[in-house]
Amino acid sequence: MIQAKDISKSFAGVPALAGVSLEIRAGEVHALMGENGAGKSTFMKIVAGQLAADSGTVDSGGGRVAMIHQELMPFLDLTVAENITMGREPAGRFPGTVDRGAMRREARELLARLGSTIDPDRKMRGLSVAAMQMVEIAKALGWRADAILMDEPTSALAGHEADLLFEVIRDLRRRGVAVVYTSHKMDEIFRIADRVTVLRDGRSVATHAASELDERRLIALMVGRELTSQRPAGGAARTETALSVKGFGGAEFEVRKGEIVGMIGLMGAGRTELASAIYGLAPGQGEVRVNGRVATIGSPADAIRHGIAMVTEDRKGSGIVPRMSVRENLTLASLGAVSRGPWVSRAAEAEAARGQMSGLAIKARGPEQEIATLSGGNQQKVMLGRALLARPEVLILDEPTRGIDVGAKTEVHELIRRLAREGKAILMISSEMPEILAVSDRILVVREGRVTAELDPRTATQEQILAHAMPEAG
Amino acid sequence: MTRLLGRFGLVIALAVLCAALSAARPSFLTLGNLVNLIRQISINGILAVGVTFVLLTGGVDLSLGSLVALTGVAAALFAHPGEYPVIAPVVAGVAAGALCGAASGAVITVGRVAPFIVTLGMMTAARGLALVASGGRPVSNLSPEFTALGGGQVLGVPVPVIVLAAVAAAAWVVLARFRMGRHVYAVGGNENAARASGIRVGRVKMFVYTLCGALAGLAGVVLAARITTGQPNAGVGYELDAIAAVVIGGTSLSGGVGGVGGTVLGALLMGVINNGLDLLNVPSYYQQIVKGVIIVGAVWMDRSQHKS
Repeated sequence: MIQAKDISKSFAGVPALAGVSLEIRAGEVHALMGENGAGKSTFMKIVAGQLAADSGTVDSGGGRVAMIHQELMPFLDLTVAENITMGREPAGRFPGTVDRGAMRREARELLARLGSTIDPDRKMRGLSVAAMQMVEIAKALGWRADAILMDEPTSALAGHEADLLFEVIRDLRRRGVAVVYTSHKMDEIFRIADRVTVLRDGRSVATHAASELDERRLIALMVGRELTSQRPAGGAARTETALSVKGFGGAEFEVRKGEIVGMIGLMGAGRTELASAIYGLAPGQGEVRVNGRVATIGSPADAIRHGIAMVTEDRKGSGIVPRMSVRENLTLASLGAVSRGPWVSRAAEAEAARGQMSGLAIKARGPEQEIATLSGGNQQKVMLGRALLARPEVLILDEPTRGIDVGAKTEVHELIRRLAREGKAILMISSEMPEILAVSDRILVVREGRVTAELDPRTATQEQILAHAMPEAG
Repeated sequence: MTRLLGRFGLVIALAVLCAALSAARPSFLTLGNLVNLIRQISINGILAVGVTFVLLTGGVDLSLGSLVALTGVAAALFAHPGEYPVIAPVVAGVAAGALCGAASGAVITVGRVAPFIVTLGMMTAARGLALVASGGRPVSNLSPEFTALGGGQVLGVPVPVIVLAAVAAAAWVVLARFRMGRHVYAVGGNENAARASGIRVGRVKMFVYTLCGALAGLAGVVLAARITTGQPNAGVGYELDAIAAVVIGGTSLSGGVGGVGGTVLGALLMGVINNGLDLLNVPSYYQQIVKGVIIVGAVWMDRSQHKS
């Protein structure tokens, strides 16, 4: 049904896809697997025609391809019906007018096919993520899509909602629609997929029937080696509390000097909100103590003054200043330290920048290279360097390895461990269980903004973590 | 790299234009004409330097023309012969401008209202204030010490040119060498990242709008001195000429990229075009059309350069 041949794509000189070929058959559920940054989303966007490939061809044989993005992009202030029929609104009696009745009827029919009873007249804004996803799928059905690409559709869904989605996918398969599907959840793949293609570092590694694979083989294909638990022995004695947090709607925990506390939870569990509130980026009511002293934090500037630095989750949105150089990005949070009065000391600044570039092994042509042209991994190291130059006692890292390749990921993990050995207290938020298990000294599970469990990574299992992270079965 | 190229592109365009003009009209390349040219751009240049700061943060200020009128009137009220020392009207004008700028900045940062709207309101209100303060009539009978600020010369250089040079040099130092300058670029380049890096974004915005207002005040003082009256109807449309100069100079309207060097070149280019069209006897109606085309063309060229 869809033939993608030799698709290559680079972003700012960094290859995201290098010659990926894939054939998708009508009426199959094809899972696209790979670590973050393996190129899954990029590949899907190219197949859906939303992104132009640098080279290679996509032949969909005239069939329609629809894509449902990981981050849904609904028109929040329009109604469900308007969203579903967007771009092909039923014409009214007069030219240029819309037949709202027909629009509503069509939306209701499409939703009914999905077993959904969402009111077509409701505004999107009020819907749950799961409901919005239903609307997106209904929209794809309305376009009579022959193939639907779903990028991590279950990442924001509770268990029973995901079950419903699988019913829908099976139904689509019966109708001959091809479904391409990505997910990080292994069990889902084996429940729903017919065939599995694994991408690694922008290359297609293998395509297998799902029945030929088991979880261990699949992970080995994704990572490129058998995963061995590689926990280094525990660090120095950790007794002094560096950060203690109380409040913020039910969070109470401490991070000790030299300790890495991993915070995990499902998407939307409120981890980022909690960290942002501690750091003064988001409003929140609670008490933060650094080294025992109460820190009154109303803004990140206050947090930095009290010895807390944070690397935010959204590197593009609230991390890099894209048109600035690596040097300028590095010193952004610590300009005071390299200034005399209002003057920035160029010598002191250059020295600080060079220090971080060599200390963190940042690969760039030099400190003056524009940061936007660096790979994601190196950008992330610059963000880490920026936080470190603020000389924090406490370091909050929100998804420190999101969207960077496997090699850089290992490097960042090593850096985090080193910083802990040097005595920094580290609060690391991550959605990736292997990362949490491999890097942290202690695990906090968060659900609905509250810490629901504290686990020891040496004994904790993924199932255990999930059990605490999932909402009570309803 | 592209930034350098863009800057060079502007220098080359300027050079080519000057060469062509001096070939067509020998009177172009006379000292008298060149000094006159720079004197003519001084008001627009001062305004453009101020609004460069605002545009670099990703904001905009539409009130400059009205501020020029208001501050010119404010200055003129303190500039009658034998009343106050000559510093008084200067302080009055600059302070009035800074105050208005600070008011806009406060509403933008505290009230989170879009700069376009706030400064549009300020444009209207400041014009009204100028009319109220002057009773709707030009404020004349100004002391010769004051009018020297607009018409006088020091060592053969017109005072407005000296003011522009000083303002541009100081602005360059702040943007290129001061922490505040870096903060301005950071806020325009990625406001969320700036905030997350501990930059007090609100203060930066207050600074740029206040500074822009103060410089509009300075421009108002110079203008009032040059035309020897405080004119409540002066300065209509000046803000757009200033923004045009900044944008021609390579500063991005969305912020974070650009600088004072480009702005001065942009103002010069606009001055040369005005001057050249005059020398070529192009009727003033047609001049406007040509200017409009050139503004869009310059930015278009700049954009396509960045794309490749």
